[in-house]
Amino acid sequence: MARLQTFPMGGLHPRNIGLDTMSLPIRNAFVPHFLYIPMLQNIGAPALPAVSVGDIVHKGDVVGISSGRMSVNVHTALPGKVIDIREHITPSVDRVQTVVIEVDGDFHLGKAIDVKRASWEGLSKEHILAIMQESGLVGMGGAAFPLHVKYNVPPGKRVDTLVINAVECEPFLSADNRIVIEHAEEIFIGISIAMRLLGVSHCVIGLEADMHQAIERMREVTLGKKGIEILVLEVKYPQGSEKQLLKAALGREVPSGGLPADVGALVSNVSSMLALKEAVVDAKPFYERVLTVTGDLVQKPGNYKVCIGTRISDLLDECGVRQAPGKIVIGGPMMGLAQYSDQVPITKGTSGVLVLSKKKAAIYRHTPCVRCGKCIAVCCMGLEPARLTTDIELGQDAHAKSEGLLDCIECGCCSYICPSGRHLAQGIKLGKLRHLARMKEERGG
Amino acid sequence: MADTFTSDLIVSAAPHIRTRLSMPRAMWFVSAALLPSIAWAGFVFGVYVILVTAVAIFAAMLTELCITCALKRPVTMLDGSAFLTGLLVACNMPAAGVLPLYVPITASVFAIAVAKHAFGGIGQNWINPALAGRIFVFFAWLPAMTGGWAVPANFDAVSSATGFDALSTATPLNILKFGTLAAEHSALPSYSDLFFGFVPGCIGEVSALLLIAGGLVLIALKIVNWEIPLAYIATAALLSWVFGGLAVSGQVPAFFSGDPLYHILSGGIMLGAFFMATDWVTTPMTFKGRILFGIGCGIITILIRLTGHNVEGVSFAIVLMNITVPLIEKLFRRRRFGVSGEKGAA
Repeated sequence: MARLQTFPMGGLHPRNIGLDTMSLPIRNAFVPHFLYIPMLQNIGAPALPAVSVGDIVHKGDVVGISSGRMSVNVHTALPGKVIDIREHITPSVDRVQTVVIEVDGDFHLGKAIDVKRASWEGLSKEHILAIMQESGLVGMGGAAFPLHVKYNVPPGKRVDTLVINAVECEPFLSADNRIVIEHAEEIFIGISIAMRLLGVSHCVIGLEADMHQAIERMREVTLGKKGIEILVLEVKYPQGSEKQLLKAALGREVPSGGLPADVGALVSNVSSMLALKEAVVDAKPFYERVLTVTGDLVQKPGNYKVCIGTRISDLLDECGVRQAPGKIVIGGPMMGLAQYSDQVPITKGTSGVLVLSKKKAAIYRHTPCVRCGKCIAVCCMGLEPARLTTDIELGQDAHAKSEGLLDCIECGCCSYICPSGRHLAQGIKLGKLRHLARMKEERGG
Repeated sequence: MADTFTSDLIVSAAPHIRTRLSMPRAMWFVSAALLPSIAWAGFVFGVYVILVTAVAIFAAMLTELCITCALKRPVTMLDGSAFLTGLLVACNMPAAGVLPLYVPITASVFAIAVAKHAFGGIGQNWINPALAGRIFVFFAWLPAMTGGWAVPANFDAVSSATGFDALSTATPLNILKFGTLAAEHSALPSYSDLFFGFVPGCIGEVSALLLIAGGLVLIALKIVNWEIPLAYIATAALLSWVFGGLAVSGQVPAFFSGDPLYHILSGGIMLGAFFMATDWVTTPMTFKGRILFGIGCGIITILIRLTGHNVEGVSFAIVLMNITVPLIEKLFRRRRFGVSGEKGAA
């Protein structure tokens, strides 16, 4: 058998610790009593609350209105009464203005969106971009970049290929896999909309070889469709990273500091295609998403369709947690964000919730670097993490920057593989934060 | 009014999972991979080599304990590193019945105290500690280190059982180097003797078979890399084939008349290539750098064997290449993703 394509530089296969959820069908999570809907869930600017305390809202109503180009609308998934608008934590930002809704009433969709569009083919590009912003669409792979900005390719850049990311390389996470299996037809429509929006005739859907059912389903729905190519890639982490996926799928290398558009491509997550179809065709705003709940303490791991704004504590009440959790991670085990409270709500960018026992989550002791070179071998950006982290520890930030500090995609492979348990990726992230702070200071001063 | 959120959740930056291959585990695996060779040496040469090995390991670990305690550092005696250093020191001791025990003890103490801890402890040493210890005692007690090679003690029993027919008190490399008569060359042990270990030599280098097997296991477990052993052995084979022809009766040997297989199976090349030249700390961290390191080891080893004063050059070759590691790492960088060739190599 021919060797499957993959990205050539670095990467690894995180070990399987039996938390896999690929075969578990999507289930609707219970309706929570409260929704905590943050006004900022995307990269960019927050929305402005469109409701006041005491207002009655219907399912699908706008509760936050886009405040500008880098902002999108925010909706409620459930009907109820706005009981508070206050600062609350989110998975990635400490405090954000949040609309709190006490769930109540019947589950009819709000009036404004109770229509199905007869046909999307007649819509203009501007109209579709406007629908994206109004429906609150953001990239669902994790970064949560507003789609209406992403798909509005700036003049001067030419995109010839749309790459759909169905790779889902984070261990344990399988929401994208399930979405492809259970919603392949709708994804195909979403892809068609995206292709028309970009004016491209070529689309590559990247999946990893272990997603057998998903590969089969995608092949079925794209059979005989021109310009859409199903590409089965070798299983390797971090293939879901934009740059690695482009290299693996198209052989194109995004230059350091550049964007996929610099090599004529645009990468979109496969779940975003489902959300796009629902927004454009079904006029359904982005108020719920599928995510994976797993971890060694979770009694009912699986893939759940969850209302955005559901607090983790409510979700975990349903999934069951055997004992007091040691660590709660939003996202996957390699790149996810550890949370300090289970009161954080699920947001548009949440692809998974991981609950680890104290034993699994224990912070490991690190010993000196023994120069084994494993971090260099696994670095998919060709960096030397051992040296970068040493630079950061010594305060040699300028040198670290010249050695590619800002190229780091924070995949975590170096920390994963380090036999000395050095906190390599963590050190590099610290260096990047310091760099950002310095940039901010320079701009301010 | 802002809520306060408190919990006893552990918060740390990603990643949240880790490989199981820790440094101590790797050290113990390497040690385990060497044990069959030591056991075989004990069988072939008698229990004295086991005593030498035990003493070398004990001295290394005790030195580690004393120094870490004196410096008030975490006690790392049991992390496998000192054990492995002691084991490798023993591997480099001649399997000779007359070797005084202060030789391996001195080598181990020098390895841990000077080569390792004087430079800052684990990860900071520029020279392979075991080889530093060996070279120190090599020059300090040259006769003990090079004379009196033991005849395989259990030779008779083994040979009658298996039909092997080696018997020599000069090491194969000695004969290769100083033997000038065809008759002397005929006294060379056979390939199978080299392969299975019925030849005089150092404790850890007797059987090429066991060393290759141990090395391949370590490569399969991704504990040692394959680049260095391959580059080292291939270079040594090539050069010994080209330049290693035997000088019979004062004639200048012809090119391409050497016996590469004989060279790589004898002496310390297998031990050096798989277990010493692959030491994490003292070898390059990049792929290209490792290839160059291996080639350099091969060149120096064969150069010493063919033209140097010493019979064997493995330990000097590796130590000399250890010195070049910072330079190699400066010159052979990985290409960075998204950076064109010249800029990436800068």
